[in-house]
Amino acid sequence: MNNLAIKVENLAKRYRIGLKEKMHRTLFASVTSWLKSPLANFRELKKLTTFGEADDAEDIIWALRDVSFKVREGEVIGIIGKNGSGKSTLLKILSEITDPTRGRVLINGRVSSLLEVGTGFHPELTGRENIYLNGTILGMTKYEVDRKFDEIVDFSGIEKFIETPAKRYSSGMRVRLAFAVAAHLEPEILLVDEVLSVGDAEFQQKCLDKMSEVTTSGRTVLYVSHNMPSVESLCHRAILLEQGRITFSGTAAETVGHYLGKKVLSARPRIDLSAHPNRAAKATSLLKTVQLLNTRQEEVTTFKQGEDIIFSLELDARDHTIKTPTISISVLDATERVVCQLASDRMSAQSFEIGKSARLRCRWTDCPLKPGTYSIAISVKKFGRMLDAVADITTFEVLHGDFYLSGNIAEGKGVFLPRGNWTFNNPD
Amino acid sequence: MQKIIAPKKGFQFIDWKELFLYRHLFFFLVWRDIKIRYKQTILGFTWAVIKPFFSMIVFSIVFGKMARVASDGVPYPIFSYAALVPWTYFSSAMVGSTTSLVGNNMLSKIYFPRLVIPAIPVLAYLVDFMIAFSLLGVLMVYFHIFPGYNIVFLPLLILLMVFTASGIGMWLSSLAIQYRDVKFATTFLTQLLMYGAPVVWPASMIPEQYRMLYGLYPVAGVVEGFRSALLGTNPMPWDLILPGTLSAAIIWISGAFYFKYKERIFADVV
Repeated sequence: MNNLAIKVENLAKRYRIGLKEKMHRTLFASVTSWLKSPLANFRELKKLTTFGEADDAEDIIWALRDVSFKVREGEVIGIIGKNGSGKSTLLKILSEITDPTRGRVLINGRVSSLLEVGTGFHPELTGRENIYLNGTILGMTKYEVDRKFDEIVDFSGIEKFIETPAKRYSSGMRVRLAFAVAAHLEPEILLVDEVLSVGDAEFQQKCLDKMSEVTTSGRTVLYVSHNMPSVESLCHRAILLEQGRITFSGTAAETVGHYLGKKVLSARPRIDLSAHPNRAAKATSLLKTVQLLNTRQEEVTTFKQGEDIIFSLELDARDHTIKTPTISISVLDATERVVCQLASDRMSAQSFEIGKSARLRCRWTDCPLKPGTYSIAISVKKFGRMLDAVADITTFEVLHGDFYLSGNIAEGKGVFLPRGNWTFNNPD
Repeated sequence: MQKIIAPKKGFQFIDWKELFLYRHLFFFLVWRDIKIRYKQTILGFTWAVIKPFFSMIVFSIVFGKMARVASDGVPYPIFSYAALVPWTYFSSAMVGSTTSLVGNNMLSKIYFPRLVIPAIPVLAYLVDFMIAFSLLGVLMVYFHIFPGYNIVFLPLLILLMVFTASGIGMWLSSLAIQYRDVKFATTFLTQLLMYGAPVVWPASMIPEQYRMLYGLYPVAGVVEGFRSALLGTNPMPWDLILPGTLSAAIIWISGAFYFKYKERIFADVV
């Protein structure tokens, strides 16, 4: 049991991001640049594959930097971190989808990776055909699929539709079938990326059960997820990635605690954004402060369902004036999924400009979220181009409240509370 | 099974052993390609015949009747159809192969030898080829034309045809994923290439001293060879086929190297 399954040494991966668009002030500049554009485009496209001398050119990002760790046979390791911290890149390198820029990995055993459910699924093919296709894509032989076919169909629970083209399936059915195939892989090392967060609650439970069955069967598993409880229950150890580096590693509970602890710290009602660590790369600092207020204009971080949440923003464009910007506040849940966005251009037709110290207020009436912790991110855009963006600014708590003012505060199921009413017609 | 993952440097050639390991996947993907091509169409695989057949009708009217292009002593319809069958295969396989990597969502989700992808249409279009070919048999009976002993070279010509399409496919698909211009260029390039090949005109129009040089265009030898093998118009044009085989081999080997060189970035730029 003490043999090494995976050994990662100083792994680094460099990406070139977005090809920058230039804006032109004059017609002449636009025309000359259009004439020169084939050459410029060629240079830009060529750069996709060449990196040249300067490693720190501004459109290069290091998705992973000097990552090293070891995984012993039979260990289940969780990899956690924020979006863009390099988790998926790490799995992609381990599954050989993309090459590392530096470093090396030693792997002992047959690897299967599950970065997406239903890779290669085709809507025109029937359930049966898709099982064979997807199974082969995931690395099973035809014989293996033959042998497990009934089990797969049984697990998916869609026996009746097995000869129906997948395009007639509901999205839930498609996911069930796809996961059923993946669940029957028998590799020595399994790499899983955030694929359990699909389907309804019942099916998710089934997937988690299957996962814990896999993890207790002595297989080596690397498991990437935003779902902290599942990491804690499934994994022995966990690694925390931040901006491409391993910043913490320990037992699953320790790492999750460390990760969440960092976030809890930031539950503040008034945040200075002028030099915030979570500002996006290449953003100009426009956002100065943000305040979370309740209707009584008190700075708070807890709100009841049905209460109004007021975001008060201060922006500073210094000597510039930014006309017709769009500001949007994203609200994310604990799994970092965007629950909703409060966008200035969609919520009000009135346009405005940002000059020296502009103040803005966004009132979110009737918070319908289910109880829990949410975080916010704010971005400033102009014509779709990002000017400033800060992520993970603060968290706020939504508490259970009498949303409908009906006196009944039973919790119920669902992601949010819908508005509406019931009418009753009783024949006399 | 032990494996080391590290940055790859320099040129590498095809890893045949690995390709063999993934043969099941390859055959399933070819099968998928064939299976879905004509789904939800009324005519289904008839489309494989329609394209060359209607081209034949148009060419027979425009080049055969109106322009009176020579047809080596056989009726113009069968003269052009015998060339259109390999040509249609070649152009569809080339276009299919070129566009196979762009927008392929499997590239960034799962590992398998990337070479499989441009090879899929090359194999899958052979089904269309067979169907179009069977109509050629019907036409030959109709025109009372029967093949001579040269027909034994037909498998060789088909092999050269597949080989050429696959070599060009490797080049263009790996170029297209980085430079999307290639995608647009190929659609009209096939038009130009068709008039460059002896499809609507006979290769006997090429001056004798340039024939070997012209033969470097592999499709020329294939198309003329088909006519010779099936219609017996001319002796087997080895002066076209041999240079064609040489250039096809060069295209294929260099294409494989280029593809292997570029494949490490596919997942990042797709």
